[in-house]
Amino acid sequence: MTQETLKENGGQSVMAANGMWEGAPGDPMRDIVITGVTKTFPPQGKRGAVQALDRIDLVVKDREFVTLLGPSGCGKSTLLRMIGGLETPTTGTITHKNKVVDGPGSDRGMVFQSYTLFPWLTVRKNIQFGLEQQGKVDTPQIEQIADSYVDLVGLRGFEDLYPKSLSGGMKQRVAIARALAANPDVLLLDEPFAALDMQTRIVMQELLLRVWQKSPTTIVMVTHGIDEAILLADRTVVMSARPGRIKEIMDIDIPRPRDYETRRTPEFLAYRDHAADLIREESFKTAEQGK
Amino acid sequence: MVPIESGERKLAFPGEESRIRPGGDGGATAAASVNEPLPAAPKMTLGHRLREAFTPKASIGKVPTVLLGVAAFVLILAVWSLLSYGGFVDPLFLPSPAKTWASAVTMFSGGFVVDIWATVYRVMGGFIIAAVIGVPLGVLVGAYAPVSAFLSPLFSFLRYMPASAFIPLFIFWIGLDEKEKMAIIILGSLPQIVLMVANNIASVDRSLIEASYTLGTTRASVLWKIIFHKTLPDIVDTLRIVLGWAWTYVIVAELVGASSGIGYTILQAQRTVLVGKIFVGILTLGIIGLIVDNVLVWASKALFPWREE
Repeated sequence: MTQETLKENGGQSVMAANGMWEGAPGDPMRDIVITGVTKTFPPQGKRGAVQALDRIDLVVKDREFVTLLGPSGCGKSTLLRMIGGLETPTTGTITHKNKVVDGPGSDRGMVFQSYTLFPWLTVRKNIQFGLEQQGKVDTPQIEQIADSYVDLVGLRGFEDLYPKSLSGGMKQRVAIARALAANPDVLLLDEPFAALDMQTRIVMQELLLRVWQKSPTTIVMVTHGIDEAILLADRTVVMSARPGRIKEIMDIDIPRPRDYETRRTPEFLAYRDHAADLIREESFKTAEQGK
Repeated sequence: MVPIESGERKLAFPGEESRIRPGGDGGATAAASVNEPLPAAPKMTLGHRLREAFTPKASIGKVPTVLLGVAAFVLILAVWSLLSYGGFVDPLFLPSPAKTWASAVTMFSGGFVVDIWATVYRVMGGFIIAAVIGVPLGVLVGAYAPVSAFLSPLFSFLRYMPASAFIPLFIFWIGLDEKEKMAIIILGSLPQIVLMVANNIASVDRSLIEASYTLGTTRASVLWKIIFHKTLPDIVDTLRIVLGWAWTYVIVAELVGASSGIGYTILQAQRTVLVGKIFVGILTLGIIGLIVDNVLVWASKALFPWREE
């Protein structure tokens, strides 16, 4: 099933006849291939050059949910921004659909920690923005698609409000809906729930799980929450302290659909403890560097 | 925003807690309070009210806000009355409120309205020209580093040359007509508009622009579709502030080589030692400014309901 037919059905149709998540394997042509990527930021003022990332090799498969986990300053956001085309690698290449990524584009949607909604547009208009920019779909259809995403993220009744009257969690729902409605191949999430309180964060994680289980696109998500990284992901990439390297890639073999109860399963707890050990080691290294 | 009544907002300082919430051991109190009526709030004394009102960043009700605002004007009027009616100051230098009012009536039934219009016409003419040139320039300076590098130093330099210093030169070049007055206003307003609008534009959050790119906005359209839309209310604010300054420039221009206008009227009144007329001229400027400013604030609120506080 292609993305286009998905969207026409309001993102509902990946559910198989029996209502179970299909977990359909993706198209290798659509993989994101990261090869030997390093990133060094040039000196600025009194600060010398900073190497953020060191020789990253990673393939994110089509329709895979990958989380990037690591101590702060490990370059995980930088890596995500490079996939989004908002930064360029110092060496190495990133390809998507067999083309070198050389700038941002609507095939790689992004959700930022700071919401970044357009304040002059209502919730509905924010969600429609991407499709309107692309101009490939006519207006009635855009409205229909936006409508289905309003429902998908549970914002029915709020669609005509401006962002200023929404809570943080609601803003981030709009941001996710806005990114998905633009019909990207890849959804890049840069610590999307970090600014939310713990209760809201849990609700948002489950929302994201539901949305993705209904219409799986490729997702790369940066987070410093260990629970979140494991609960959501097919694979969790644990990164080392600066310069960021891949320390370990964890395959998260927990069956889907997952939900809140998944957190209590022994598999989940085992993965979580393992990831916590890895992160702890690296966080200590970061603290040492700080001295 | 729901206005908060002055008595309702209460900051609990340490030590006051017991007064607000009568004590008892935690759990028992919580359980009891479900069934029993809550004790009435203690009556606020004036001292308490004052202490709350003067807590940093506390808010007072709408009525006290208006009353205090009016009180400031009443106070000025009272001091003025005391000085003039009390005979403390020579009426030649300080006419009484009644005499000033009489001057106002005479002036408005005479030709003063024509003078007001002359001044308004100059301000609006000069200011609109400055805005039409300045806003697009400011947008370009704020958005594009090369334009900024080219124009920012120039306009920063222009800004520090007082517009009034150009009056003799402009009279020499342009003459004594309306064009000269407007040129002064344009020279005074334009650099301010350019630099302040550039600052408005530059303050747009980068991630908003990045988000729009990932939704398919092109580099060519991001300036209009994102940056300009986001900044429009700030630009209106900037214009409102600079318009206030433009009134200063026009009066200075009218004090030198004019044959009409509020500034001219004030100058004539000084030459004929009619201080009441000077008062009326100055007060008229203040009232026009207040009205225009309030209209713009209201229009901005009506035009940009989406604006974040």
